[in-house]
Amino acid sequence: MIKKIIAAAAALAVFGAANAGAADFYGTLKKIKDSGTIVVGHRESSVPFAYIGPDNKPIGYSIDLCMKIVDAVAKEVGVDKLNVKLVPVTPQTRIPLIANGNINIECGSTTNNLTRQKQVDYALTTFITGTKILAKKTSGIKEVEDLAGKAIALAQGTTNERAIKNAIKDLGIKDVKILSVKDHAEGFLALETDRVDAYSTDHILLFGLISKAKKPADYEVVGRFVSFDPYALMLPRDDSAMRLVANRTLAGLFRSGEILDIYNKWFMKPIPGGKALNVPAGDTLETNFAVQAFPK
Amino acid sequence: MNYNWNWGILFEEPYFDWLVSGVEWTLFVSAVAWIIAFSLGSIVGVARTVDSVPIRAVATAYVELFRNIPLIVQMFLWFYVVPEMVPDDWGRWMKRDMPFPEATSAIFCLGTYTASRVAEQVRAGIESIPVGQRAAGLAMGLTTVQVYRYLLVPVGYRIIVPPLTSEFLTIFKNSSLALTIGVAELLYQARQIENYTFQGFEAFTSVTLIYLVLTMIVVALMVSVEEKTKIPGYGIQKDK
Repeated sequence: MIKKIIAAAAALAVFGAANAGAADFYGTLKKIKDSGTIVVGHRESSVPFAYIGPDNKPIGYSIDLCMKIVDAVAKEVGVDKLNVKLVPVTPQTRIPLIANGNINIECGSTTNNLTRQKQVDYALTTFITGTKILAKKTSGIKEVEDLAGKAIALAQGTTNERAIKNAIKDLGIKDVKILSVKDHAEGFLALETDRVDAYSTDHILLFGLISKAKKPADYEVVGRFVSFDPYALMLPRDDSAMRLVANRTLAGLFRSGEILDIYNKWFMKPIPGGKALNVPAGDTLETNFAVQAFPK
Repeated sequence: MNYNWNWGILFEEPYFDWLVSGVEWTLFVSAVAWIIAFSLGSIVGVARTVDSVPIRAVATAYVELFRNIPLIVQMFLWFYVVPEMVPDDWGRWMKRDMPFPEATSAIFCLGTYTASRVAEQVRAGIESIPVGQRAAGLAMGLTTVQVYRYLLVPVGYRIIVPPLTSEFLTIFKNSSLALTIGVAELLYQARQIENYTFQGFEAFTSVTLIYLVLTMIVVALMVSVEEKTKIPGYGIQKDK
């Protein structure tokens, strides 16, 4: 009789513990565990963060970091291999897709700002850049003030669109024609076909665009930084368990210095489908990595 | 879903003004495109029913070309490709000096595309008239032009008011594709509000309702056109 009770109690204890273990997951992690699938949103023309490579698969710096996080999530929820579903996103779709839960993480070149944090959450900062202008060498544009009387293309839904529009307003630059384009590829097409004199986005992406241009020598990145843009991988809001997994992975990469290997792979060496960007990490970014290398 | 709702955002400045300006652009682009579509479509539609084989062939080629290419592709062709194909000076003018290059391209694109669809309705309308009427007109000594002017066109158009209503509605809805080349119409403004406030669901809901209201107004307008122009005793009669 007593044996039976002990057995029952033990069974209950084991069952209870297993139950408690499963109940530890909530939100995104629970969804991933239940479906065995993680949905990764990625950009398609953000060179070298997330873009479509020569073999038609998304590749890049952010994609590499994301895949490390995907592995960590798989370990966290106790699955050997997660099914990874890749979903292309644009500047307009990325925030609603995260907010409504269609994608679990976004890997691209997304600026972390406080307005966006009302709808989404971010992992640790993985890159730091700012708005600059890409102009044809023949256009004579050297600073944002030189846009007076010129035409510039801006991608809808980017922080750069707002930064340039604000600069034009605040500095009272006259007669600037603005062409709204869908993405970087189209913005550069407008510049290549002489529809506009300049295109503006984050300074690092401009180097990416030049590296893929037909005549890279015709273009230059000019002027001062018009805005400050820290990039981070985007995550669902109110889900600190998911964010913890992401941040633990990133902090580990920062601590071990592995981040610099990944960085150099995409920013210092020739990249698939283009030439090397040759943009060293620099003091700001290296300090950023060091500061965010939280201990275990 | 983790989302912070804020409906009040739609009535704040400058977002309310953006919506209003979006409605204006949508109405402007659709209305001008409809004028092109209706006039060009009428000509092409009539041309598809005439006896002359070459004229019919040209009109048929037009219809097949414009209605078989996806509208969004045509938008890109008009905006990015056409200026590269014409002489450099013209191309530069189209790209820089033409008034509202985006909207003008969008209007031409939408107009010529919808014209091909209107042409098909017009042809169907004219061909639905019993062939005896055309013969009767000619037998009375009317010229071909007079047969069209007094007989086929007036009757044919009255028959196709319902399908034309659909085309008229579609042009309002298709005008949203103009945002892909940067026209600041209604859907563009919704996206812009979303970009600035990240209150996308409110913006898109309001735009959905605005489109609905616009199209309902068009339906009401076309129903009254249908009432006013119907020929008593001809065509499909409502049950009394």
